[in-house]
Amino acid sequence: MPIHRRRFLTALGAGAVASTAGCARLVGGGGEGGSGGSDDRPAVAGETLTLTTTTSTYDTGMLDEIHTDFEEMYGVTVDAVAQGTGAALESARNGDSDVVMVHARGLEDEFLRNGYGVNRRDLMFNDFVIVGSESDPAGIQGMSSATEALTAIADAEASFVSRGDNSGTHTKELNLWEAAGTEPGGDWYQETGSGMGEALNIANQQGAYTLSDRGTFISQRSEIDLTILVQGPIEDGPEILANPYGIMAVNPGVHDNANYDLAMAYIGWITSPGTQDAISDYQMNGEQLFFPEAVSEDPDFQQYVPEGWSSDSSDE
Amino acid sequence: MPIEPVVGLLPGLLDLPFRDGYVSSVIYVSLYVSLTAVALSTLFSVPVAVLIGFSEFPGKGFVKSVVNTGMGFPSVVVGLVVLFAVSNQGPLGSLNLVFTREAMIMSQFVLATPPITAISLAAVSGVDDGVRDAARALGGTRLDAALVVLKEARYGIATAILAGFGRAISEVGSVLIVGGNITGADGISKTRTLTTAIQLEARQGQYETAMILGAVLVVLVLTVNAVVVHFGDGGVNR
Repeated sequence: MPIHRRRFLTALGAGAVASTAGCARLVGGGGEGGSGGSDDRPAVAGETLTLTTTTSTYDTGMLDEIHTDFEEMYGVTVDAVAQGTGAALESARNGDSDVVMVHARGLEDEFLRNGYGVNRRDLMFNDFVIVGSESDPAGIQGMSSATEALTAIADAEASFVSRGDNSGTHTKELNLWEAAGTEPGGDWYQETGSGMGEALNIANQQGAYTLSDRGTFISQRSEIDLTILVQGPIEDGPEILANPYGIMAVNPGVHDNANYDLAMAYIGWITSPGTQDAISDYQMNGEQLFFPEAVSEDPDFQQYVPEGWSSDSSDE
Repeated sequence: MPIEPVVGLLPGLLDLPFRDGYVSSVIYVSLYVSLTAVALSTLFSVPVAVLIGFSEFPGKGFVKSVVNTGMGFPSVVVGLVVLFAVSNQGPLGSLNLVFTREAMIMSQFVLATPPITAISLAAVSGVDDGVRDAARALGGTRLDAALVVLKEARYGIATAILAGFGRAISEVGSVLIVGGNITGADGISKTRTLTTAIQLEARQGQYETAMILGAVLVVLVLTVNAVVVHFGDGGVNR
């Protein structure tokens, strides 16, 4: 940001004839302020890191809880913008954010392959659950296969609420329908185009089924009558309902104004043992919402590259 | 008059599950953004309204239609256009305005300008031609005449400003897109306004807190209206 302020002021200075001296002084001042002079403060102090992330991480309040630590450590501000996964990646693609934290591996991989993201790390995970009213008109309670459950819902034409907003949860839901070999459609299938909390409320009012991340469901459980009918892998459900979160820095080669060094400091900090413990300790209504997975003794090269990528293959 | 509802709300405010300073910072951002946008908009719109109102030119009706159509601009579309402009890839990208209050002011300026211009224009046009002619006949310049007409039309212009303010402070689509609804980790709003805060609560299914924030917004708009109307009346009686 300071670079651009300087560039802007330089342009102003060049344009103005009468006040050249004044502008030159301004330019100098901006430069000094931007590079953060004094010895006891880190050079990044005062900068802002823009993080675009998903509603499911933001709405749990977990980020606010842990960000204070990072802000104090570096003397910086983190602007967390909650969007859907699709929108969060789009903002980053336009160079409007410095780091992205999302949960849709397919979209993350596309982002990496197109050169917008670098230095991807696996961050944490929780899981998706299929929730619905206790009356369970499609009889999916306790099914061990998510795809069979969706097929049963489609066969029964029982109401299903879809996020319909290109979020990570929506992407997962579409993948599940595809895996189930069913094309959802008809009066029973409603795309709401809303956040998870709203989708849960709509499902609650209509006695419909929906796919939810466990975190949002837990945070809202006390206010709605829905119950978990098909568990995710955290409670021994099918692995297909896993919900892994990844974090990537915006490629400074594509967007030269991306705050890359601070983004990498952030990725280093959030994947460090201390912060991973803080993520694991964060609870809502007595339940853990996110399970850290960045710290591991064993190498996991697949987290750095698009899934299935190998240097041997002809793939780019 | 609006004091009673404010007092009635206080217990509700104290119960809100927010951190210290959150609600007041959100109110501050709402007022800062909307008032700045409306002030800039007024500085732009009123002279334009006087200019259009005072001159006769072919296509004047068309210009009026365009301004009136502007009152119906969907705020989401305005937000998208402003986002495109200020995005790092856009024409104003190097100013780094994305997710800032300045970008929010830009989009609200675009939203508030058509109603302020249109209603001011109606107010100016409504002033009896005799007033203007008299001012000119008494040896006034065009500027003098304009000032006299503005003075006559001040109540209508106050209404125009209020309409613009109402549009700015109550819209959610564009400030959400260009502002990003950001609050710091310390719970102090950076670009979160009352409307986007309400949207956030509704997204999480917290309809009660959303309603309370909505009541705060209504009281805020009422207060601003009361203040403006008070001064407007004072001007009329003076």
